[in-house]
Amino acid sequence: MSGLVIEKKKANRSQEAPLSRIILVILVVVLDVAAVWFIQNALSKGFTQLVIIISVIAVMLNLIFLIPKAYPFRWMAIGLSFLVLFTIYPMIFTIYVAFTNYGDGHLLTKEQALPLIQKATYLPEEGKSYSWTAYLSESNEYALWLVNADGETFIGKPGEQIVPAQLGDAGIGDADANGIPVSLDGYTRLNPLVAATNKDLPSIKFGLEGDQTIQIRSPSEAAELEIRYVYDEAADTVVDQSNGDIYYNVNGTFTTRDGKTIAPGFRTVVGFKNFIDFTTSPALRGPLVRIVTWNFIFPTISVLSTFALGLAIAIMFNDRDFPLKKVIRSFLLIPYTIPGLISIIMWRGMLNPEFGVINRFLNDWFGWAPAWTTEPSWAQAAILLVNLWLGYPYFMLITSGALQAIPSDIYEAAMIDGASGWQQFRRITLPLLLVAVGPLLIASYVYNFNNFNLIYLFISGGPPIVGASTQAGHTDILISYVYKLAFESGGRGVQYGLASAISIIVFFIVGTITLVQYRFTNMWEEVSENV
Amino acid sequence: MSSIAQTYEGLRSSQRFRKRFSVVVRLIIAVFLIFFSIFPVLWIISASFDNSQSLATQTLIPEHAGLNNYRDLFGQNPDYEFGDLFYWKWVWNSVKIATITTVLSLSITTMAAYAFSRLRFTGRVLMLKGILLIQVFPNLLALVAIYLLIFQTGEIIEQLGLNTHAGLILVYLGGSMGLNIWLMKGFLDTIPRAIDESGMIDGASNFQIFWTLLLPLLRPILVVIGILSFIGTYGDFILARILLNDVDKYTLMVGLQIFTAGQFDKKWGVFAAGALIGALPILITYLALQDQIAGGLTTGAVKE
Repeated sequence: MSGLVIEKKKANRSQEAPLSRIILVILVVVLDVAAVWFIQNALSKGFTQLVIIISVIAVMLNLIFLIPKAYPFRWMAIGLSFLVLFTIYPMIFTIYVAFTNYGDGHLLTKEQALPLIQKATYLPEEGKSYSWTAYLSESNEYALWLVNADGETFIGKPGEQIVPAQLGDAGIGDADANGIPVSLDGYTRLNPLVAATNKDLPSIKFGLEGDQTIQIRSPSEAAELEIRYVYDEAADTVVDQSNGDIYYNVNGTFTTRDGKTIAPGFRTVVGFKNFIDFTTSPALRGPLVRIVTWNFIFPTISVLSTFALGLAIAIMFNDRDFPLKKVIRSFLLIPYTIPGLISIIMWRGMLNPEFGVINRFLNDWFGWAPAWTTEPSWAQAAILLVNLWLGYPYFMLITSGALQAIPSDIYEAAMIDGASGWQQFRRITLPLLLVAVGPLLIASYVYNFNNFNLIYLFISGGPPIVGASTQAGHTDILISYVYKLAFESGGRGVQYGLASAISIIVFFIVGTITLVQYRFTNMWEEVSENV
Repeated sequence: MSSIAQTYEGLRSSQRFRKRFSVVVRLIIAVFLIFFSIFPVLWIISASFDNSQSLATQTLIPEHAGLNNYRDLFGQNPDYEFGDLFYWKWVWNSVKIATITTVLSLSITTMAAYAFSRLRFTGRVLMLKGILLIQVFPNLLALVAIYLLIFQTGEIIEQLGLNTHAGLILVYLGGSMGLNIWLMKGFLDTIPRAIDESGMIDGASNFQIFWTLLLPLLRPILVVIGILSFIGTYGDFILARILLNDVDKYTLMVGLQIFTAGQFDKKWGVFAAGALIGALPILITYLALQDQIAGGLTTGAVKE
């Protein structure tokens, strides 16, 4: 790595040694060969977006390494590639998915879905018919002996091609009086009465799907199935051959005028449907209003409570000569030092309504204890309590640093003017502190706004909101709701489109707050000054 | 004159009394706060040594103290009935992933930050602002996209796909780029240019300046950022949860979470033992380096 960078460096000074140039070119060639190989594979699998993004990165790297003027970018070539691949691309992809119906029932592209739809068959009123005899194997598989109108004979098994067969072929048993074999290889013949009343037989498709399938229509007759749906490319419609119904492409599902649909649907751009859905659909809107409200209450109270406690501790033990200061601080820092997941699961155990230590204690002393996990308001209170425990040491660290930065002569001046302790705090400490800590308060707000780990690990956003059409809970925030929509369908189907749409909304909220923070910290101006 | 001196004396002594009184009050408050802060930790320590293994019967001083939970955790109890435990494997996975991520991330971002801090080129300011803007979009929001990206990559290069540590490390690296480039550029900016110039006079190349002059000066802050990055990756849950499927590939956090799902009250003791071993190294690091870490924090990183 290091040698390489030196080569690039020399290249820049346009006094490049031929050797370094050669090494550079070899590097680029290797890179391009790898990229072309990858892109070819991605193309063959139909990953269009991946092809585009890898091409963009490959072109970018080529320019960076081949143009001497692009020398500074060589320092950040890897960093930029990562940024493009794992930050910018997912962003664009998320925006794209938000405007599609991607999700269960719409996982496939149209090109993948159409052949599946066209595989469907139906049993026509008329058509090639056969007389049939059923056989059953020891492993409960069925087979048919079929005779067509011309007297030709076939064997049909589910999932296997229908094959012509003759009496006397290997494995086929002796014929009875009607010329029907008494057994097939591994199968024994069913009594005609049993076969006629068998409930499974009429629903079994014998033969290979997409090739030729035969289904039993009546005790005496089996018929060849015909392709049910025919796609009309010009009109983008599907026609049902069994009854002439016309299915139109409505948001990625072929649907008739009176609302009948064909599965599977396919992925398609549906415009603002996802965004409109949760403002208009009552089943979605109800829980969403709750979730959004809680999503603002939770970080607000969390930031205020953790800041207040952290600041109080910092002020109380700020005196330089306070006894055991260092020890107290170390003990109070402990919640911050434990990996969040462990702390949260630990609290989940302690707040367990039946067995947890806190409720056992409350029950023993007061004969009553809150239902931390089943009662919505108590669940929210529990989460705020846990977050107070998790979060106050951070502000204790920050504010005790900031307090020491406030010059002590200001306090002396205030004392001479006869300011009380509270006045000093209110008029000196707090304003000066907020200047230093303000941006961190906002950052903490943003962090808690998306504090997935706490919400999800505590009780998965529960208790569930009754009557919600999706898995929404009373302590869910938007990001945990997004996660559930996308990865924990709970039998209701994953909904990538809706999840992405909510992600975009969260992005706008968080983005606005963060931009305000940048104003606060002058980060923006800082960039310009350093030119 | 003397009356002023007397009032002053009186004021001083009453202040001294008030101060001593307030110290006592504050010490009492400190005891309560410490109780709040360490009770859960004491409780988990006690649970880990409680042979009854159950949430319901645990007391602060275990009635049946012993090492059964640790034996179960380390797979020395063949009769253990609750799920697969690959504890040391999980710890090893976590340490491995966090170490590789931290080292690679620091190398990549320090080099990029060097260009932003020391070299002048068109588009520099625009790119810096761009990175800052992009950073507003949290990795977490793009879960679906990242999942699909890794899934599709895995269809082509199996070793980088779902359920691989390499794929997970790539995602961690990608997520850490923006903020770390910014942080690192900030630190580089604080190193005086005069140092570079002295190197240039001696005819050193950019890389020599970076490697021999700047890097040694950056070392202390690199250590702090490295530790924070390691702890952040070690403690991450959600990305690892989504991208890893096999129980022997889990990181410690995913392993512990999956382990506690279902019949939690009966797994409490084993979880406590596992949590304690998993948390102790981090806890000790933090307490030992708390001043440096506090310094690193105020520069703008929020604990992840």
